[in-house]
Amino acid sequence: MAKVKGAVVVNTERCKGCNLCVVACPSDVLILNKEANSKGYNFSMMENPDDCVGCAACAYVCPDACITVYKVRV
Amino acid sequence: MTTNEIINPANLVYAKTKVMNDTPMHYCPGCSHGVVHKIIGEIIDDMGVQENTIGIAPVGCAVFAYKYLDIDWQQAAHGRAPALATAVKRLLPDRLVFTYQGDGDLAAIGTAETIHACNRGENIAIIFINNGIYGMTGGQMAPTTLHGMKSSTSPNGRTVPLNGHPLDITKLLAMLDGTCYVTRQAVHNVAGVRKTKKAIRKAFENSMLGKGTSIVEVVSTCSSGWKLTPEASNDWMVENMFPAYPLGDLKDL
Repeated sequence: MAKVKGAVVVNTERCKGCNLCVVACPSDVLILNKEANSKGYNFSMMENPDDCVGCAACAYVCPDACITVYKVRV
Repeated sequence: MTTNEIINPANLVYAKTKVMNDTPMHYCPGCSHGVVHKIIGEIIDDMGVQENTIGIAPVGCAVFAYKYLDIDWQQAAHGRAPALATAVKRLLPDRLVFTYQGDGDLAAIGTAETIHACNRGENIAIIFINNGIYGMTGGQMAPTTLHGMKSSTSPNGRTVPLNGHPLDITKLLAMLDGTCYVTRQAVHNVAGVRKTKKAIRKAFENSMLGKGTSIVEVVSTCSSGWKLTPEASNDWMVENMFPAYPLGDLKDL
């Protein structure tokens, strides 16, 4: 069976740390960073990048359009 | 394969639409406005009508919509967006004209304009964001505020003897002969986002086909006004808003 691997890139300066992408992710890939961006928001980041399947659920629900999603079949 | 190898333009599946510019949005974290703005941008991009679209910005939080989407905009006075949209669409019938309004704008101060524009069957699309509260001005009670819902002007909850019933204006608009498509959606999860995108696209297409007025109500959250986290706001919306404002098509001609 073809395996799908994905990756997300978060625009950390645009992210407001609302946590909705973390909730939406079916594979528990994302968490909020303990570090904050220049505005003081704990931006979202990939904690378990190996589990990402590139479904883009995080990007669909992101209110600030700060997630870019990539997907590849391996 | 490492993450850096996957991050390659050839493998791109989702990116911010180019209709939405890079200006950081002023909305609170987790606000539904951002999702709906993004959806509108994506639809305009998909339909290839960026040069041909005129949005009518409302009063309230979404007044700054014109800062985030690179299309032509007009800003209407309180509640007058459907009236302004009527004028724009009649003068420039080849343009895609839509209004973007909140519940305080559409269901309170703009009730007359909304009902009459819909009754005339103007060929416009109305995007109606309903979060049951006046978000920008400090969380006051709106016509759409639910029974028992607390707001800054109903600190003990809305009561019928004092404040009357929540106004389901979308249901009211569905009864008018001028409307062709009336639907209620939400953007709290992926399925909701996809359905809302489909609904708004249909509303835009209806307006270009001259079928009449289309209304897409998006039941939304106001985490600052509701004093909940964005995640808890979504749960609260599912539990409390959906029974009063059930999702689905109310009219589709």
